[in-house]
Amino acid sequence: MTAVRFEHVSKSYPIYSQILTGLKASLLNVPQTIQRFKRHRFMALDDVSFEVGQGESVGVIGSNGSGKSTTLALTAGVLRAQSGRVEVRGRVCPLLELGAGFHPELTGRENILLNGILLGLTRREILARMDEIIAFSELESFLDQPLRTYSSGMYARLGFSVAVHLEPEVFLIDEVLAVGDLRFQAKCREKLEEFKKRRVTIVLVSHSLAEVRGFCERVIWLKDGKVAADGEPGSVIARYEAAMA
Amino acid sequence: MRFPTTREREYLKDLLVVLTQKEVKLRYKSSWLGYLWSVANPLAFAALYFVAFSVYMRVDIPRYPLFLIAGLFPWQWIANSTGAAPNLFLTNTSLIKKIRFPRNVLVGAAVLNDGIHFLCSIPVLVGFLLAYGSRPSWSWLIGIPVLALGQSLLVYGLALTIASLNLFFRDLERLTTLVVTFLFFLTPIVYSESMIPEKYRALLYLNPVAPLILSWRELFLSGGLDWSVISLGYLYAAGVFVVGSLIYMKLSWKFAEVV
Repeated sequence: MTAVRFEHVSKSYPIYSQILTGLKASLLNVPQTIQRFKRHRFMALDDVSFEVGQGESVGVIGSNGSGKSTTLALTAGVLRAQSGRVEVRGRVCPLLELGAGFHPELTGRENILLNGILLGLTRREILARMDEIIAFSELESFLDQPLRTYSSGMYARLGFSVAVHLEPEVFLIDEVLAVGDLRFQAKCREKLEEFKKRRVTIVLVSHSLAEVRGFCERVIWLKDGKVAADGEPGSVIARYEAAMA
Repeated sequence: MRFPTTREREYLKDLLVVLTQKEVKLRYKSSWLGYLWSVANPLAFAALYFVAFSVYMRVDIPRYPLFLIAGLFPWQWIANSTGAAPNLFLTNTSLIKKIRFPRNVLVGAAVLNDGIHFLCSIPVLVGFLLAYGSRPSWSWLIGIPVLALGQSLLVYGLALTIASLNLFFRDLERLTTLVVTFLFFLTPIVYSESMIPEKYRALLYLNPVAPLILSWRELFLSGGLDWSVISLGYLYAAGVFVVGSLIYMKLSWKFAEVV
């Protein structure tokens, strides 16, 4: 069964900085603006095809601007492909970067509800998991304090705890695989190994080759918006490292 | 178009409620003078207009302070929501770039927050009413929900339009400030509609916010409900709501690219 399928997907971005300079300039010269729009486009993904099977853990590597984040955004459904098809089966849950979806003035408990709802759960579904999330985060004694009193490690722990308890079918990770202190990092890894055993599909974007090698069954190397290599981690990473050297 | 499932409806409702609760909580959490501040703002303006128009310019309207706040309080809702609108999506960049959720709910929550806020300021208005020897009317029980619903649609439509377009044309924010100030003086808030010369009075009904503001003031001052004016207000509200929603539907899939 396929969980994520990209079929000849292309995505380009207009270079918006030009129209951002002003409404006036772009309205005074509409034809020129349209022309500029058409010409100045950055190809983020160029005819990319791949499939991720259900339960597979796939790493995506590549240098900055190679299209990794665009791939994740297309999978999460926040971007639309220009051409080609993106198909995703099952509920997608992204692991957000530090603090996204949290508000510093709200308490830990209020933030769990807020974050969970933004990630797609109903209030009832979150409340049913509340105790589990709290127990996993090990932040019981801080839970009724506003988040601004938390350390960044505690922030991250709360975020990770919410994300892994939403029972995602496709889990998207951008850079952050493990958070918090060493002990909590081990706990994160354990949870992700458990996900792998339960056949949750995982897509990990990372610059840490050691992490990708240790965690993924398969690696896709993106280069200038194209798939440069796709296969077994050892060989793909070796080729990537050779190209970077 | 397909109808949302029961779970989707429950989810949308929960999302709106949780985001609105967040906004309301934040307003009162960060400063415990929250309520006072929000009432103080329109009251301060009422005092200013009273001095400028009644004391200095001798505008002859009976119970002028009461007259002013009966229009200023509902206006404040429009002004607050449209003022915050340009940044509604911009301040949620990381969410919009990463998570797929209905982003118009962010606008809905902000508008409801300002609406709740307006409702909470009504007791202050009652205080003024009592001080002038009048009393609230039973018609408020129908009038307030009816007008609040109409105004929610109107303000939501306006805010959604501004918030969506501002992602693509960032200087819209300055334009908004200007237009809102224009609308304020073109709406009978500091003056009464009878002071507009006869030949210009019809223009008043081209102003989409005027019918609702006039209805609020009428309701607060005399308990009267003029259903033809309210209907016009609803007509504008529905129009603005539809336009805002169409713009949002057309542009929302590009939000993640431009925030």
